[in-house]
Amino acid sequence: MELKRIDGNTWEIPRQGAMRVPARIYASHKLLKAVQGDATLLQARNVACLPGIRRMSYVMPDAHQGYGFPIGGVAAFDLDEGVISPGGVGYDIACGVRLLRTDFTVADVEGKRGELLAEIVKEVPAGVGKSGVTRLSLAVLREILAKGAEWAVDNGYGTPGDLDRTEERGRMRDADPAGVSARALERGIPQLGTLGSGNHFLEIQKVDKILDAVAAKAFGLESEGQVLVMIHCGSRGLGHQVASDYIQAMENELGVEGLPDRELVAAPFRSPLGQRYYRAMCAAVNYAFANRQMIAHWVRGAFARVMGSAGGMRQVYDVCHNVAKQESHEIDGRETRLCVHRKGATRSFGPSRRELPEAYRGVGQPVIIPGSMGTASYLLAGTDEAEALSFGSTAHGAGRVMSRHEAIRRFRGERIRDDLAARGIELRAASWKGVAEEASEAYKDVDEVVRVSHEVGLGRIVARVVPVGVMKG
Amino acid sequence: MERYRILPHAADGKFRAFGRTLEEAFANAALATASFMWEWDKVAPARAEAVDLRGRDPEQLLYRFLEEILYLFETRRFVLAAVEGVVIEPAPEGRRLRAVFRGDELGSATGLHGEVKAITYNEMRIEEDCGGWMIQVVVDL
Repeated sequence: MELKRIDGNTWEIPRQGAMRVPARIYASHKLLKAVQGDATLLQARNVACLPGIRRMSYVMPDAHQGYGFPIGGVAAFDLDEGVISPGGVGYDIACGVRLLRTDFTVADVEGKRGELLAEIVKEVPAGVGKSGVTRLSLAVLREILAKGAEWAVDNGYGTPGDLDRTEERGRMRDADPAGVSARALERGIPQLGTLGSGNHFLEIQKVDKILDAVAAKAFGLESEGQVLVMIHCGSRGLGHQVASDYIQAMENELGVEGLPDRELVAAPFRSPLGQRYYRAMCAAVNYAFANRQMIAHWVRGAFARVMGSAGGMRQVYDVCHNVAKQESHEIDGRETRLCVHRKGATRSFGPSRRELPEAYRGVGQPVIIPGSMGTASYLLAGTDEAEALSFGSTAHGAGRVMSRHEAIRRFRGERIRDDLAARGIELRAASWKGVAEEASEAYKDVDEVVRVSHEVGLGRIVARVVPVGVMKG
Repeated sequence: MERYRILPHAADGKFRAFGRTLEEAFANAALATASFMWEWDKVAPARAEAVDLRGRDPEQLLYRFLEEILYLFETRRFVLAAVEGVVIEPAPEGRRLRAVFRGDELGSATGLHGEVKAITYNEMRIEEDCGGWMIQVVVDL
């Protein structure tokens, strides 16, 4: 495949064949090598062939092969001429990350770490097959799908201040619960307020290094050693079922002939089916917002009980990294409404975007990039230049490089626990096998992903954070 | 005959399932899917769940069939132990599949070791060769 180097970390697949636009890859030599080993670039090229795609098909530094669209892919489509694709959002709709800051330092929690983790584990259901503590009625679930985190706050889970610091204020207003199937609702009922398993986790972290003091202060990070809490999870079975339902509905209505990959199936955005998917997806996003809102509330409760107070535990931000949104961007010098798909990519809006809360208009939005289990995570600030580079998007994590099967063969969960303990990180997990699967060696180097993001200008590094306590689903 | 084989995949779960007939390959694909979550051979076939679904083509039929395992697990806490009586036949606008899932309710004795989030079409293959069938699926973990 023809690949042109634009500059140090920027590569391009020129327009060829059925491609309507070029594909652009942001990667160092090392990261590029990883994506050349799988179908990522081919998938980025397939995306570039979809109707109504504007500017380029983008690939973020942490990309790897996905379904239809690559993970770490960003693609924007014209609302009138373009499409919306469930495969461009992914199965775990609104999978995302929430970061909370506290007034505590690592010294404050040192003797109480075990107790804190135990309390959080007690409060937050995690792992395969775990049910939430709340048995929901269908009527309440529909309300959650319409209102998202706003429902949670109205019902005593957290404060309105949390909503100010959540993308979309925790509620996608275009949501239509009526487009969510009975099967999806059934899967959603037992799982609200659960973390799930796989790569999902909850970490107690400390600020390791502040690299941009002004932005850090705006985000609520004042000093190295300050304690933070990071929550990584999504819309659970409900979101997976919404994705599956609409992939099949689009197959049935539009056919699969000529699709190089069935999860590339896409409906015109303005068509009835396109709108039904878009609105059902928004409902699943709301489920994820409510889910993380409830979990954050329980974590606050755990801190209050163990530490005597929640210690100024305030939300830094909540970001979705699997989502499609209507946004305005400049195309050929004209402000244009687009449907921006981010699949395994984080929005990275700079100071001038009006979508940002007041508090972040001077510095750009917080971009939360979780590392793999037990390794560093990063807080970045969105930049205005990212708009021209990637429709205001950057990476979403480290990205896997080793199969789970191989990880289980090579690593033992108990051994990882001991290694982490030796580095001062306490681990609680629902399954040792699950821990082995998530060994940090199975992931790309998050430092490299973030460095490229910073150098290219997709997001500016604000702080590096490291875990002190890990709860894995 | 080997029922299925797990293949390496960087991010997700990939397998190939085999059968002398398409129906047998479907049944083994169900067991392969379950194997990412629990040890199906250690589950008692205490309960039955009837499966009856349609698909526009063999791929969609397989996708829906395997998704049924996730649906029954998440909504009824049903863990699959065996698949019986798979029948696949032509139906208006596609194909119909009927089968019986045998298994048990998730209990403390059932060890769970992973979660399949979704079935995918990625690299899906349904092929007939030298007197048998091969099914390849990647599931989202």
